[in-house]
Amino acid sequence: MNTMNTLKEKILAMIEKNSRIGTKDLAVFLGTDELEVAQALTEMEEAGIICGYHTMIDWDRTGIEKVTALIEVRVTPQRGKGFDDIAERIYKYPEVNSVYLISGGYDLLVTLEGKTLREVSSFVTNKLSTLDTVISTATHFILRKYKDHGTIMTRKYEDQREIVSP
Amino acid sequence: MQESRNEVLSDKVVNMKPSGIRKFFDIVSEMKDAISLGVGEPDFDTPWHIRDEGIYSLEKGRTFYTSNAGLKELREEICAYMHRSQGLRYDPLKEVLITVGGSEGIDLMFRAMLNDGDEVLIPQPSYVSYEPCALLANGKPVIIPLKNENQFRLTPQELEAAITPRSKILVLPYPNNPTGAIMEKKDLEAIAQIIIDHDLYVLSDEIYGELTYTGSHVSIASLPGMQERTIVINGFSKAYAMTGWRLGYACGPAFLIAQMTKIHQYAIMCAPTTSQYAAVEALRNGDEDVMMMRESYNQRRRFVLQKLGEMGLPCFEPMGAFYVFPCIEEFGMGSEEFAQKLLEEEKVAIVPGTAFGDCGEGFLRISYAYSIENLREALGRLRRFVQKRR
Repeated sequence: MNTMNTLKEKILAMIEKNSRIGTKDLAVFLGTDELEVAQALTEMEEAGIICGYHTMIDWDRTGIEKVTALIEVRVTPQRGKGFDDIAERIYKYPEVNSVYLISGGYDLLVTLEGKTLREVSSFVTNKLSTLDTVISTATHFILRKYKDHGTIMTRKYEDQREIVSP
Repeated sequence: MQESRNEVLSDKVVNMKPSGIRKFFDIVSEMKDAISLGVGEPDFDTPWHIRDEGIYSLEKGRTFYTSNAGLKELREEICAYMHRSQGLRYDPLKEVLITVGGSEGIDLMFRAMLNDGDEVLIPQPSYVSYEPCALLANGKPVIIPLKNENQFRLTPQELEAAITPRSKILVLPYPNNPTGAIMEKKDLEAIAQIIIDHDLYVLSDEIYGELTYTGSHVSIASLPGMQERTIVINGFSKAYAMTGWRLGYACGPAFLIAQMTKIHQYAIMCAPTTSQYAAVEALRNGDEDVMMMRESYNQRRRFVLQKLGEMGLPCFEPMGAFYVFPCIEEFGMGSEEFAQKLLEEEKVAIVPGTAFGDCGEGFLRISYAYSIENLREALGRLRRFVQKRR
């Protein structure tokens, strides 16, 4: 892997917070030209550094029912393959949002989104815990998201300053 | 309501003209839905770890006075900061005073040094406090009008021309509010010898020092022979987004700090204790916050310059603070008229350059301490306004 140059690093820092900034604006903010920004973006997309441009949605405000669960999974690692195979078997399910290998009391942390509690629990009981190498699971349902991806969900920015000041 | 009785008031105060900002503020505050590019403070909240230390100090019951000069550990942190940023050594016990904002330090230095008729050289456009504070201290303000063609830097010729036998203090307000101008090392070197030759003292207001976008800020105190004749004013408002905490400091020669401390002791007692504890945290662990905020301002600075360029408003590239100072002379109206019409027609509040001295005529101060969305919208309206008049 080649080392990041500062332009790329700065672009990443900016689009991580707002992926909708256009190349033209990025170039202005960073004091460079648009072509360089576009090229840096393409290179990072091709290198798999930029993996997507997603949208953060506060589903709670939509009235649409969604359930998110964190599932701790303990597994038996397999000779020569470690955790990779079992992780793959889990992440291939489309309802699985993320799979992390974790140090500490358990092995994999799986986050899962479903429409209802029943849907999530049926995934855990029927699919996840029946996998050969899975020893045990512990499911935690998320009750409320206060902050996600660095964004505080419970508060809207409000400019509290005086309208003019010296 | 009782009528105003000027005869019972101090003539000096009654005759002092109110700040141009105040006048504009009164007009703006009538207009509820106006958007603004008019603030002189950061749009960031104080970083949480700094606020947390302030809260923690309250929880611990640290609600008493500190020593007059301020918490010793804070003065030590300030000295460490002056050393790592400017290579300057100050004695925390004798050469540092914690003040209520940078503004208090300005007032203290003038009052500690000026006798009737002593002259204070004040380059303008600049912050609104210098002139009235000099007057209150019985000094005589001598304005040095700075020029757009010099990017509002103070030149040796301008300084030389303003000096008289009564000149005592030179105010050096860089990085500058409202122009965004800076004085680089070479610019400071060009005036240092004149300052020494005429035995002037310098009030170097470096409150925006950390917000410098080319190289890093150079304090005039770091030049040979200057530390012993300079009071460096700085504070936490701009660099750490702590305006409401009201905390600043002054560093300078012990004999002068001692007299300033005497006035401070009688007028103020000590700076707010909670703020001082928070400030210790800011200096110990706040470098990264400053870097992050500076980078963010710099992005917005470029954005605003780009937009002004697109609408054809001439403006030099400011390298400090968070202001740009475009010229609006081509429209044949004064800054105040321009600002007022802009407010009425487009509901955008921008402070006229004249609020910072007569030589600010023909200019506007645009603050870019706003979100990009706010800047985009306000500058779009400004663009429409100027295009209608061409």
